[in-house]
Amino acid sequence: MAFLKVSNITKSFGATEVLKGIDFTLEKGEVLAIIGSSGSGKTTLLRCLNYLETPDTGSITVDGNTYFDAEENKTLSESEIRKRRLHFGLVFQSFNLFPQYTVLQNLTLAAKLLRQDELKKQYKSKAISKEEYKAKKSAIPNELNGIAYALLEKVGLTEKADFYPCQLSGGQQQRAAIARALALTPDILCFDEPTSALDPELTGEVLNVIRGLKSSDSTMIVVTHEMEFAANVADKIIFMANGVIEEFGTPDEVFDSPKSPLLQSFLGKNSFAG
Amino acid sequence: MELFLEVTLKLLQGFGTTCALFILTLIFALPLGLLISFGTMSKFKPLRTVMKVIVWIVRGIPLMLQVFIVYYVPGFIGITVLIKHRFLSATIAFVLNYACYFSEIFRAGIEAVPRGQTEAGLVLGMTKGQIFTRVTLQQVFKRIIPPMGNEIITLVKDTALARVISVMDIIMEAERFAASSGIIWPLFYTAVFYLIFVGALTLLFGYLEKKQSYYKI
Repeated sequence: MAFLKVSNITKSFGATEVLKGIDFTLEKGEVLAIIGSSGSGKTTLLRCLNYLETPDTGSITVDGNTYFDAEENKTLSESEIRKRRLHFGLVFQSFNLFPQYTVLQNLTLAAKLLRQDELKKQYKSKAISKEEYKAKKSAIPNELNGIAYALLEKVGLTEKADFYPCQLSGGQQQRAAIARALALTPDILCFDEPTSALDPELTGEVLNVIRGLKSSDSTMIVVTHEMEFAANVADKIIFMANGVIEEFGTPDEVFDSPKSPLLQSFLGKNSFAG
Repeated sequence: MELFLEVTLKLLQGFGTTCALFILTLIFALPLGLLISFGTMSKFKPLRTVMKVIVWIVRGIPLMLQVFIVYYVPGFIGITVLIKHRFLSATIAFVLNYACYFSEIFRAGIEAVPRGQTEAGLVLGMTKGQIFTRVTLQQVFKRIIPPMGNEIITLVKDTALARVISVMDIIMEAERFAASSGIIWPLFYTAVFYLIFVGALTLLFGYLEKKQSYYKI
């Protein structure tokens, strides 16, 4: 059984049908690159996976658990959506770091709030005593800082832990944003054109970090315009056009022997960039 | 010299009333303004429309007239408490008026925070409340310091309008010297009090702005 199974996702904004029935599967540890021209629905698909948009129909299953089903979704509480959403992480095109917090605080803020909430729940249901509650609560910052520093090392930003986002370059900001998404240990990490807002000389460092994350237990979906990166790093490629998956396959299949005429012309236009 | 001391003391007394009106207006109008801004940004259209109409009316009528309205109009329908309490009437009128002006400043500040900030919080599993208090509100605060400072300085001087229903503010005290003894300089002397107060506020807002300058948005 596939790790991620996306079935019949459709999404319309008013009269515009942006996604017209998306189906695909992905295995654990695989990297999926989604390519296609602007307006093909790539970003909307990622946003659906992260609950930022609610699909009109379809379902999303991770590891055998259905996290989204258009039929039941209307009845879900906000906290239930929040819990499910954490199976997916998202790195934005425009980083979206919180400017008033340091890099370290950006990494730990959400996790701290989640842990505090959990602890409070345990305390309220009398599963732990007041002393335990207090002791555990005061241990949270140290624990999370440890995790955060390990992640910062992974993305090469250990020295920038106490810097504010405005003091970092775009590439450094995006690397910090990747570490922030990883801090919540999502099952599947999504990237929405992670290098499109960067100067060309800064895209390399971000792509290298993403490449470095590739391992047997990290599943990633990357919407990208970097064809070389897609060809070298991805295990599977989706080419989207006009709200449908026009072509799906391994990099060799997609880049070396494209079947769809739309993909052929798309790759032709991109041959200079590649 | 004796007269100068006497005038200063009297004006200080009036200035106490001015300051009280100023502070009470701020304490109540700031939170109320935030609530009104939520109303004018509500996704629920009837509420949004009602709040926008209220803001239009309150900003559209002279504050002086609103002071009269709050003081006299409830009496017509049998509510006599306000006609007996001039200071309370003035305070209510000021709070309502300034809350509406503040609400527009809050709205501008909140809408200026990029949608991506909220979305980043959402995908990190934060609740909407946590996102508002931990992420959005601080950025709103930084953005609105200059327009808020402007509006609050205007409020200092607008308090003088309360004397239309005989609230004994600093200018009214000065006018009484003119009326009773024919000396007019206390009236101009009041400007010194206002200037000192506004000067202190200017320093305060400058300090707040500097304190928030450690990050850029």
